[in-house]
Amino acid sequence: MPSFPGVDYMNIDSLFTEEELMVRQTVRDFVDEEIIPIIEHANREEKFPEHLVPKMAEMGLFGATISDYGLPGLNSVAYGLIMQELERGDSGIRSFASVQSGLVMFPIYAFGSKEQKDHWIPKLAAGSAIGCFGLTEPDFGSNPGGMRTTARKDGDSWVLNGAKAWITNGSVADVAVVWAKVDGTIRGFLVEKGTPGYTTAYHMGKFSLRASVTSQLFFEDCRIPAENVLPETNGIKYPLSCLTQARYGIAWGALGAAMGVFHTATEYSKSRIQFGGQPIAAHQLVQNKLAWMITEITKGQLLALQMGRLKDKGELKPHHVSMGKMNNVNIALECARSARDILGANGVSDEYPVIRHMLNLESVKTYEGTHDIHNLIIGEAVTGIAAYNPPMSAQAEKEATARREKEAAKK
Amino acid sequence: MIARRLAPPVHGISNAVSAARANPLEVPVNSVVCVTHVPDTESRIKVSGRGIDEAGLKFIVSPYDEYALEAAIRLKEAKGGDVTVVTFGPDRAAHALRECLARGATKAIHVKGDVATADSLGVAKVLAAAIKGIPHDIVLFGKQGVGGDNALVGPMVAELLGYPQINVVTHLEVGEGTLKAHRELEGSEEVIEAPMPAVITAQKGLNEPRYSSLKGIMAAKKVAVDTKSVADLGLSEADIFNQRVVYVSLELPAEKSGGRKIDGADPAAAAREILKYIREEAKAL
Ligand SMILES: Cc1cc2nc3c(=O)[nH]c(=O)nc-3n(C[C@H](O)[C@H](O)[C@H](O)COP(=O)(O)OP(=O)(O)OC[C@H]3O[C@@H](n4cnc5c(N)ncnc54)[C@H](O)[C@@H]3O)c2cc1C
Ligand SMILES: Cc1cc2nc3c(=O)[nH]c(=O)nc-3n(C[C@H](O)[C@H](O)[C@H](O)COP(=O)(O)OP(=O)(O)OC[C@H]3O[C@@H](n4cnc5c(N)ncnc54)[C@H](O)[C@@H]3O)c2cc1C
Repeated sequence: MPSFPGVDYMNIDSLFTEEELMVRQTVRDFVDEEIIPIIEHANREEKFPEHLVPKMAEMGLFGATISDYGLPGLNSVAYGLIMQELERGDSGIRSFASVQSGLVMFPIYAFGSKEQKDHWIPKLAAGSAIGCFGLTEPDFGSNPGGMRTTARKDGDSWVLNGAKAWITNGSVADVAVVWAKVDGTIRGFLVEKGTPGYTTAYHMGKFSLRASVTSQLFFEDCRIPAENVLPETNGIKYPLSCLTQARYGIAWGALGAAMGVFHTATEYSKSRIQFGGQPIAAHQLVQNKLAWMITEITKGQLLALQMGRLKDKGELKPHHVSMGKMNNVNIALECARSARDILGANGVSDEYPVIRHMLNLESVKTYEGTHDIHNLIIGEAVTGIAAYNPPMSAQAEKEATARREKEAAKK
Repeated sequence: MIARRLAPPVHGISNAVSAARANPLEVPVNSVVCVTHVPDTESRIKVSGRGIDEAGLKFIVSPYDEYALEAAIRLKEAKGGDVTVVTFGPDRAAHALRECLARGATKAIHVKGDVATADSLGVAKVLAAAIKGIPHDIVLFGKQGVGGDNALVGPMVAELLGYPQINVVTHLEVGEGTLKAHRELEGSEEVIEAPMPAVITAQKGLNEPRYSSLKGIMAAKKVAVDTKSVADLGLSEADIFNQRVVYVSLELPAEKSGGRKIDGADPAAAAREILKYIREEAKAL
């Protein structure tokens, strides 16, 4: 299996530092040697390749931007390049790393007590503990602020009740960062595996991110020590700030998937002969697809890089990240669909790393803020008008209230 | 197993031990690892004059040198001491040193020069001169540099320094003042003991080289590479270039002609045709 040469149409490499390029190369080699050979099988079997966790930890992939606790303290661009390379391997593996770093280590590091940090950061970095992030609920996805999970103070404990859905790493996690309402205010809690009243169940039968564990979490009078609340959290902006971290990484990660499918499609088109001894790459319609892909990848790289440089200067805003996540995931998915097409029948087989990326990217388009929700965030940034929850006409309002009341009465 | 014991070095250098001890019960071991920066064997090589066209080529640390480096880093981790990486090559060879520092080397020396016009003895003289200035107990090489594949530089350096040498090593144990190395031979394994300092050339299987850690990459940034010229080592160009071997020309191998497909619909006819080809065209029978 030849190693991945990378995709760089416009010498964008000249915009990276030597360390950034070394980080990328290290992860690229790891992906070629450890992920590519096993991923199609893991995906087919719907199995998370857990044996990769200690290897990723040893390289320092978890919490790589933290500089305390002996961690590498990489800048945001190097972090982005890690995500790009991992996702060229598989979006599910990248999801694992995103959750561990951006959604678990980040909130503990940023909003946790010293004891919480001292206890969890080294373990999560070493991969000896796995984390998950529970925000979404069965009835609240794009609108997490409506969540029903609650936490109630009872003496020396918090008591959690509710359910979370679609939680990456859920069933394999040693610690869950769970968001719940305390008298209507959203706060973060650390719930350890095995706590009485806390159970999980796999979402099986996914046709996307099959190499990544996704679970439901259930809390039934789940009692955790009072000190397990993330002390600084009080409001929806705390989980949203975690999502901003993870979305930033996804904007880079999606490019990796796009580069992977572009590379496969280009090579395939040069060797597949149809009609008159010509490779299909010689046909204008095929070239048009490849030209579109490389153009969008190149634009996406510049978008990601500018986000990274802004992030390192402390100037990156959530609505910038929305553009990166929305655009780069969207073009990656379109690249994957085009690549799938270029490969003909082989495009639907897991002999080639294309259909897996294509299906994976459907999840990536939905999670961490759906494509359209990010559109609305950008729309709000340019117009000043929030359109998530548009005002209804008096008549529509009346009808909706009546409908809700009728449903409530049925229950 | 065949066991042999090598004679002590002709002029062994006693090493002042500087670096911190990893384990207070162990005597620290200082290693020097010579690494060469070679074109990735997956690259498409283009010939230009008597050398290769470097434009667009990806260069890597020569793969056998990675085993040598890994062995040295493990010694450092177990016993303490320094791992100094040395390369003789053009500006781009500094990348090879950075890569080694990211994996755990502690010091780096870059002797700048046009290695492409030096022969093996010339390279060996440069490296021997550089090594003399570094505290060391063991000097490691790859068994051969991928690309040139001469397998000469390590043994030549050993001779120039008057050190015992053990080549194509698959297992290494370092004790106090002596080391023991295993070599795989046809159908047997040789175990050789030698006093230190000694030269080792590494074979695949000696260990499993690690990935650079991200922390290592960041730490490597802070290590200054010591850059020297050939003249700084007290050598002149005449000592190095075109010593005994002169490159006359470099050519790509002839293109392979495309294979021929034989229709297998009728197996008997296909077999007859293959036989005819073997007899009449390939003249192998
Ligand atoms: C594989 C996978 C892993 C996941 N991992 C996690 C995890 O680790 N932790 C976690 O908390 N969650 C996770 N999620 C959940 C994910 O974040 C949610 O699925 C996502 O936020 C969308 O919510 P929903 O599925 O409820 O869709 P909905 O919110 O029901 O959206 C359905 C559709 O309606 C559209 N829509 C909704 N509201 C509006 C509006 N106001 N205007 C216009 N259109 C709108 C959406 O854009 C979408 O097209 C994961 C999901 C998947 C698929
Ligand atoms: C076709 C071709 C053309 C090439 N042309 C060029 C060129 O134009 N310019 C160029 O710079 N390289 C060039 N190289 C790379 C060159 O091949 C390597 O420097 C070479 O492989 C070293 O191997 P060797 O056979 O000379 O030494 P060997 O004797 O096989 O090397 C054994 C060991 O000695 C050590 N060693 C050897 N050389 C050095 C060194 N310079 N510094 C430190 N340690 C060393 C290493 O530990 C190595 O593993 C070319 C390679 C190929 C394939």
